[in-house]
Order: sequence, then structure tokens, then C-alpha cells
Amino acid sequence: MASDLEVAPAIATRREEATGFFQRMVSKGLGWARKNSLWQYPFVTACCGMEYMSVSSARYDIARFGAEVPRFSPRQADLLLVVGTVNCKQAPILKRVYEQMSEPKWVIAFGVCASSGGFYDNYATVQGIDHVIPVDVYVPGCPPRPEQVLDGLMLLQRKIANQQHKLIDRGALPVLGGDHKGRP
Amino acid sequence: MSKAVIEALAARFPGDVYEPYEGVGGDDAIFVRKSEIARVCKFLKTEPAMAFHMAPYITAVDYLGLEPRFEIVYNLLSTTQNHRVRLRVKVSESDLEVPTVTGVWRGADWFERYCLDMYGIRFKGHPDPRRLLMYDEFVGHPLRKDYPLRGRQPLVPERDIQDIYRGPGPDGRD
Repeated sequence: MASDLEVAPAIATRREEATGFFQRMVSKGLGWARKNSLWQYPFVTACCGMEYMSVSSARYDIARFGAEVPRFSPRQADLLLVVGTVNCKQAPILKRVYEQMSEPKWVIAFGVCASSGGFYDNYATVQGIDHVIPVDVYVPGCPPRPEQVLDGLMLLQRKIANQQHKLIDRGALPVLGGDHKGRP
Repeated sequence: MSKAVIEALAARFPGDVYEPYEGVGGDDAIFVRKSEIARVCKFLKTEPAMAFHMAPYITAVDYLGLEPRFEIVYNLLSTTQNHRVRLRVKVSESDLEVPTVTGVWRGADWFERYCLDMYGIRFKGHPDPRRLLMYDEFVGHPLRKDYPLRGRQPLVPERDIQDIYRGPGPDGRD
């Protein structure tokens, strides 16, 4: 999800200034709310799942960042955590899960396998999930330490806080079924 | 350990089994002619003194550059007699069809599908000859030695599954 930059017009009337001020306040409020209530969908396929469990349980406690609710339905989630190796046979399933999530949605690639394929440089593995879906934050590591994951989550929170949020988004809906990089 | 098995095989199938040897770790192994493998396996399972009720692992090997090129390896285990034996079947690249042993051990099903998927060896009489691990659109057999090291293939769209409860297999599959 690209960060929309706010472009202030060179000459603004008082009315535009007022609505712009209002929109910025709404955007800030919504961003604050959204970054602190990330409901995640853990797409756990491999050994990174152990680290995910460690992050989400008491010692590292992802609840401190408001992301403690795993939803096992993509329709209720707004953060997709791709945890582990994604192979070519599984790529369409990952894409289906991503498409089923409702906007706004963010993606974290958890571990090197999800980020780049890792050492699975072979016929069966997708060389990074960005071949299939767009990714916001890459967390490297094989597997990453829980601190790294929390760091990635805080990075994502900062990104969300800086994005532009609207009460009603009348922007064009994303096209389903297509590849965001034009690959089949 | 299972010298008696090798001797019984040699006595029962003269000419069809050949070159017995003791492998690493003391497992006895013997080569079997391709056309007789199902008969030999049936004998090994049904004979009370043999009682090989399990085929824990069946796999294939690609000896690229040798003739015959492929080999199927049957690792057999008897849980009652507590002995093991390894059967090896040489398969030429020009004739990749091997009789199936799914009629002897039901569990050989997925091993044979694995060999079909990874090495392209067909099993005659197999009830469900589909790929086991790779998807149907995948071209070639990735564990063959002449498959390119980074031979990536394009991602495929999601397949429609007609019957979500039964999966993509043919009717009558359990």
C-alpha cells in the first residue's frame, strides 16, 4: 500500500484550509486508531511459526502494541503476517487470502523465506512473497528474533500513522485477480 | 541379518533376482528384474517366514550417464520377523514403465506417485497416477539430474476444485 503524500495547493481558500485541517485531524485520529488495533492473520507455513508463537505469547507480548488478536478469517484481519516458506503451489492460496482481506490492509513478510526465498533457491519456492502480493515490512532472520519482529511491527505502526486515512474512501477499488507486477 | 530372505528369494526366483550384497549398516540388498517386481513383493509379503508387511520407503535414483539410468529402491520391513531387505530395480530411460506394487502394499501409492512426480517413472496399474507434490502445470521432473538447478517455472493461477470435500482425485478414491 503506497503512502499517499499530502500535497498542499499553492493557493488555498479559507474553506479549503478548513476542510484540509479537518481531514488531517480525521486522518491522524484514524491512523492512531488503526496502528494500535492491528488484527493479524497469521499465514504460518514453516518453522518461523515458533518465533511467531514466542512473539505473541507472554514473554514478548505483542499485545503491548495492540496486535494481539489473531483472526483466522482473513475478512476480519487487517495485518497479514506471512510466516515461513511459501512454495509455488501455495502462492495462489496466499494471493486468495490477501484478496479476501478488507481494506485497509498491510502485509509483513516474516523471516527470510517469506522475504526473499531464503536459502530455498530452487524449483519449488517462491523467491519472496512480493512476487505474489505487495509487502509493507520485511523482517529478515532465519528465524527472526522476537525483538526483530516487534521492531518490524513498530516500523509498520509508524508507516500507518504517516499514511493518509479517510472516513469514506471513494478511491478506485483494487482489481482482483490481476498480478500487481504483471506476472501470470 | 536377513541372509535367509536373500537365499529364499534366490531359490524361489532363479534368474529374476541377481547380485545380492550387504549394504551399509548390514541391510541385505538384491537386484530384481523389472517385470518380476510385483511377483517378488507378493511372495515377500504373503510367505509366513518372510512377512514383509511394511514398505517403509520406496524411492528412485537417477544415475545420469549410466545405462540403465534409473533405479527404484524398495525398502521393506517385517515387524513380526524383525528383518529388513532392500530390493533394487533397474529402469532404462527408454522404457520407464514399472509394475505397481500398490496391490501388495496399499501404502506404496504415494511413494509411486512421488517417483512419478520427481523422476517421471510410470507405474503400470497404479490406481491414481497423478503428481504427488508439484502442481499439474509443472513441466519436467525436478529431481532428475538433468533438471536445471534453478529451473523456475511461472506461477499458476488457483485451480477450481469441483468437489471441495473429495478434492481433485478421481471418483472411487478412498
